[in-house]
Amino acid sequence: MDVTLQLWIDAALTLMILSFLYRDNPFYKFAEHLFVGVSAAYLMAIGFWDHLVPNLLGKLFPSLMSGVVPGAVGRSPDYYYIIPAVFGLLLLTRLVDRWAWLSRWALAFIVGGSAGFNLPRFLDSDFIIQVQSTMVPLVVLDPAGNLLWGASFSHIVLVLGVICGLVYFFFSVEHKGILGHVSRAGIWVLMVTFGAAFGYTVMARISLLTGRMEALGAWLATMF
Amino acid sequence: MRRKIPLIITFIIGVVLVTGYFVTRGPFNTLYESFSDYFAIITVFAFILGGGSLLKIHLKRVSNRSTDWPYSVVTLAGFLVTLVIGLFKVGNPDGMGGEILAAGSWLRFLFDGVYNPLSATMFSLLAFFVASASYRAFRARTKEATILLSAAMVILLGRTPVGAWLTAWMPEILGFLELPNLANWIMAWPNTAGQRAIMIGIALGVIATSLRIILGIERNYLGRRE
Repeated sequence: MDVTLQLWIDAALTLMILSFLYRDNPFYKFAEHLFVGVSAAYLMAIGFWDHLVPNLLGKLFPSLMSGVVPGAVGRSPDYYYIIPAVFGLLLLTRLVDRWAWLSRWALAFIVGGSAGFNLPRFLDSDFIIQVQSTMVPLVVLDPAGNLLWGASFSHIVLVLGVICGLVYFFFSVEHKGILGHVSRAGIWVLMVTFGAAFGYTVMARISLLTGRMEALGAWLATMF
Repeated sequence: MRRKIPLIITFIIGVVLVTGYFVTRGPFNTLYESFSDYFAIITVFAFILGGGSLLKIHLKRVSNRSTDWPYSVVTLAGFLVTLVIGLFKVGNPDGMGGEILAAGSWLRFLFDGVYNPLSATMFSLLAFFVASASYRAFRARTKEATILLSAAMVILLGRTPVGAWLTAWMPEILGFLELPNLANWIMAWPNTAGQRAIMIGIALGVIATSLRIILGIERNYLGRRE
């Protein structure tokens, strides 16, 4: 399609969204509602072609999908895939009030699947490995036996930081006395983490804004 | 039946997936792989459900002539046009067998001309709002807000050439205080400590919740009792 037309649509929609900086207005609302519709349909289409077609339709009806799914030619149907198809259709019954209770079966599959996947995965990567990585020497020496002040200090910050942060999340005991002080230090460590995340978010958003300004510049260049 | 069958399904799926993670032989391994595939497929149906729900809500708003209903027409038009183009690969130079986002296709045009600018501009708006949020945080003058904003400033400046330029005059012995070095140190140690504490906390929460779900103690996802 025409690149100039694309630039004009791009610029118009960008200006409509940026108009919100003045105040909420019909142009912003138009662009916002268009975004909701287009993004929902876009994700549906991508999900359909990237997952449903090769992983479900291609397995159930390989001969029918031979022109669309590579490698489907000559493959025999795998009827076990009727199971996810049925559960998927049951999920859609949520749209019909009378049959909505059937969608719980599919939801149970999704919830059970998420729980089953997450339990060992989080136990392994987010608990055991994180605890293991925190087990570092507090006194770091070089090969000659001299104390490395910088590395030792960093390791102490890491170990104490993790302990203090965890104490802050430990709600079974009231945070009073020593526990209160440790928990307070935990808040400071968490604030540094949130500050770093905040800094990165600001940088990412400013970089997006720069991209938009460049797009507007390219649009203006087409007029002069 | 309306509550027991979902609980049984959750239990079976959960137990098979947990066992399949640890037992990599026999039926558990095969079931683990099959259930992983099924899980991915059923999750895609959730997108379809989302689309259906969007249609239902906006059609209702249009038919009831609710407040701002013309905007619902915009949503419906955007949704239906994109959906038809996407599902039937309308305007795709390679036809139904081509890549969905093939260069020159209509969906690619919609992605580059509509979806991309709208999402990028929508998220870039946050740049302005975080500026006002930081100003309000500075005004709060609490110790925590000061730590948060100081860390953010060091990271922001330390990751840009301005940070290096601002502290380039420092003597070598104080090199660790140069903004890029300070930003690197914050990212590598205190930030990691905080992230690790959060990750361990989340992991414990997820493990406990997953166990409660699999064992049928946690039933909120089933909704109200009918």
